[in-house]
Amino acid sequence: MNEELIVHGIEWTLKELFVYPNEYIYWSIQIVMYPYMTGLVAGAFVLSSLYHVFGQKQLKEIAEFSLVFSLALLPVAALPLLLHLQQPMRAMEPLLTPHFTSAIAAFGIVFTLYGLIVVSEIWFVYRAYFVAQIDNLQGAPGFWNAMRRGVYRALTFGARDVSPEALSVDKKAAKILAGVGIPVACFLHGYAGFIFGSVKANALWMSPLMPVIFIMSAVVSGIALCMLTYIIIMEWQAFRQRRRGGAVAARETKGAEVEIITQSTRYLLGFLIAAISLELLDLIFRGYTAMKSWDILRSVMYGKDFLNIFVLQYGLGNLVPFVLLVLPGRTMKRTVVALLLVLFGVFMMRWNVVIGGQAFSLSFSGYMHYHIPIIPHSLETFKEGVFGALTVIATPFVLFWFINKFVPSLGRKVQQS
Amino acid sequence: MTCSRRDFLKEAVGGTLVASLPLSAFTILSPEEAKAAIAEAKVRWAFLVDTRKCIGCGLCVTACKQENDIPFDAPVTRTWVERYVVTKDGQTHADSPMGGRDGFIDDKIRDEEIAPEDIAKAFFVPKLCNQCDNPACVQVCPVGATYQTHDGVVLVDRDWCIGCGYCIMACPYGVRFFHPEHKVADKCNFCYHRITKGMEPACVQSCAFGARRIANLRDPDDPVTKIITTERVAVLKDEYGTKPHVFYLGLDANVR
Amino acid sequence: MKRHVLHPLWLAIGLVGLILVARSFLVPDDFGVHGDSFTYNFHRLSNIQEWQDFPVKYQGYDSCTECHRKNVRTLRRSPHRRLECENCHGPSGNHPDDVEYLPRNTERELCLRCHAFLDYPNSARSEVPPISTRMHYRRQECVECHVPHDPREYIE
Repeated sequence: MNEELIVHGIEWTLKELFVYPNEYIYWSIQIVMYPYMTGLVAGAFVLSSLYHVFGQKQLKEIAEFSLVFSLALLPVAALPLLLHLQQPMRAMEPLLTPHFTSAIAAFGIVFTLYGLIVVSEIWFVYRAYFVAQIDNLQGAPGFWNAMRRGVYRALTFGARDVSPEALSVDKKAAKILAGVGIPVACFLHGYAGFIFGSVKANALWMSPLMPVIFIMSAVVSGIALCMLTYIIIMEWQAFRQRRRGGAVAARETKGAEVEIITQSTRYLLGFLIAAISLELLDLIFRGYTAMKSWDILRSVMYGKDFLNIFVLQYGLGNLVPFVLLVLPGRTMKRTVVALLLVLFGVFMMRWNVVIGGQAFSLSFSGYMHYHIPIIPHSLETFKEGVFGALTVIATPFVLFWFINKFVPSLGRKVQQS
Repeated sequence: MTCSRRDFLKEAVGGTLVASLPLSAFTILSPEEAKAAIAEAKVRWAFLVDTRKCIGCGLCVTACKQENDIPFDAPVTRTWVERYVVTKDGQTHADSPMGGRDGFIDDKIRDEEIAPEDIAKAFFVPKLCNQCDNPACVQVCPVGATYQTHDGVVLVDRDWCIGCGYCIMACPYGVRFFHPEHKVADKCNFCYHRITKGMEPACVQSCAFGARRIANLRDPDDPVTKIITTERVAVLKDEYGTKPHVFYLGLDANVR
Repeated sequence: MKRHVLHPLWLAIGLVGLILVARSFLVPDDFGVHGDSFTYNFHRLSNIQEWQDFPVKYQGYDSCTECHRKNVRTLRRSPHRRLECENCHGPSGNHPDDVEYLPRNTERELCLRCHAFLDYPNSARSEVPPISTRMHYRRQECVECHVPHDPREYIE
């Protein structure tokens, strides 16, 4: 296709009936990924804070992990935006000339603040560890060890005092940051919901409930992801231990702690119920008040998107995992399946909001079908296609693997409480 | 414990600093600038569309594309014409092939034949950016790349737009799009480069039937302003509170 | 008090400072609120002039009269009097300086824009002499028989 005819959105939009000439699905898969990733960030942080602030002792191990994992998720939350922007080189402008009447601009500031909080909290939690490592690695052979030692030295920023007073100050600071971080994390994801909920031109998005729904489902996804990654890593480590150590090790290695999973599940279910209630309330309200847009919305939701909304999101993504987690005799395997379904359900929620909101025309007399590019044949179909989305999903794990080398968060002796 | 409260406060101050840095984005208007802004409000551009006169020739769409360098074959346009055919069973059939760029030569609507005896009424509706008084698109721009001038026209700064598309999603009328070459948001600006020189917008000039007219609402002697203020006119989708400034004569209830 | 607690604060302030420094380089000086509303008037001031300087393409028939007096007069006295020269010949721009000849679009589709018959009751379209697209000399161009500048004339 001629360069000048590459209208953004034309490659994956199929119009049906009467659609305005300039309407295309402009916000595609990357805009689905963006609230999904920021939701994981916020949820991971809230889970971590449940331990640090509310003293949920059973959550201690997973709390550390989710804190570091939320750091790995942080840059990845910005990645979908960079891939989506038509002018990615100008991505810094929301920080340079933020127009605060726009939810996106305020988001930039909140996001930066949130990043500072996460980084600071991790610093306070791990400072003693950094200092200990500087001693441990002294004189250790090899380039890698020398580099690690250098990194730890830099990371302490000269604060080497590990006396009990210093450590208690660290703990206090971490607790305060964890506390301050909760409303910021809520703000962060509430804003993502506000971005959609405040668009009066879009009949599906426009709702005051949108920010709250987004926060609830964000926490759900964050908790689910942390639980899932925790289980997988711990079980994998235990599996390796057992293979090496034989029968004795098999008895002693624990794998994922049941108490942690039980407690986390309780929170997960609580937020899940809240999220579902609000979404159903929104749906019922719309049908009852039957505004001008109701005819087309109904035909989208109960018609072409019925599978996406009721079967995939509510059914497979909410109801089935709810049942799986609530039925007695819950096994680790069943929990893993439920968590995967929850993550899928939250993803479908984002999909149904973003794509669903563009499934109908502003004319209320036409539809737009989204055909996500699978095999990319251009930069744009890569960035806004399946492979772009996969890149975004894979990156936090890659980052976490790297960060974990310096800031280990699983299966090690945590600093003395 | 006073230690940590102090620490907390200091952290809070740091956070506030981060949040307040963008206040330095404001330039304070000097008295001269402020005066100039108010004085210029002698002009408020508005548009009048007479759907009773539009014959659907599409010459306006062609002229707009040529005048404003919108790639001719790209399926986006700053202005467009919609055709409505209301049949006797109460159904509305509407289309806008390529925005009406080539006119409406075929009586089929999306390959659907409509028998002439079934038609109750049919008409054409030109649409363009409404240059609203409360433009939702400007409100949602995260970087200040789109804005409203003192004479009411909403413009897009091509060198500053980051291409996020929020303004396009926020417009209830669907007038915005991404320019295929510049890769920034674009839309009708009433041919700002022409009206500020005393010329008419390209679409107004090219309309042989007088269906499109431009007006200055602040000029009581403007003949078009007189029509807007004395005759019965309507606007599109006023329920969104955007206060659009494109007025329609003969706007039918079936118009989407 | 343990002063190492302030280290993250220095990081925050450093970041803020970095952004402020970047602003002074990257943000144009005339960027600000130019009007009485932050919501609607927050922009770079010089952009307004840039849009005013956008090149004009369509000149209007007044500019054609200077050299093409006869054609313009013929047109103005014919049933096509409402049309602009540029409707059919395209924008004149700086003609004749940059473009010596403006195109003469003789395609059928151009005339059919107005003249194609659409059986719409109460439409302004019915005021234009209609042509049945499918029936009337389908394979020929209109200008083979009709004179655009004065459609009352007929080429035998």
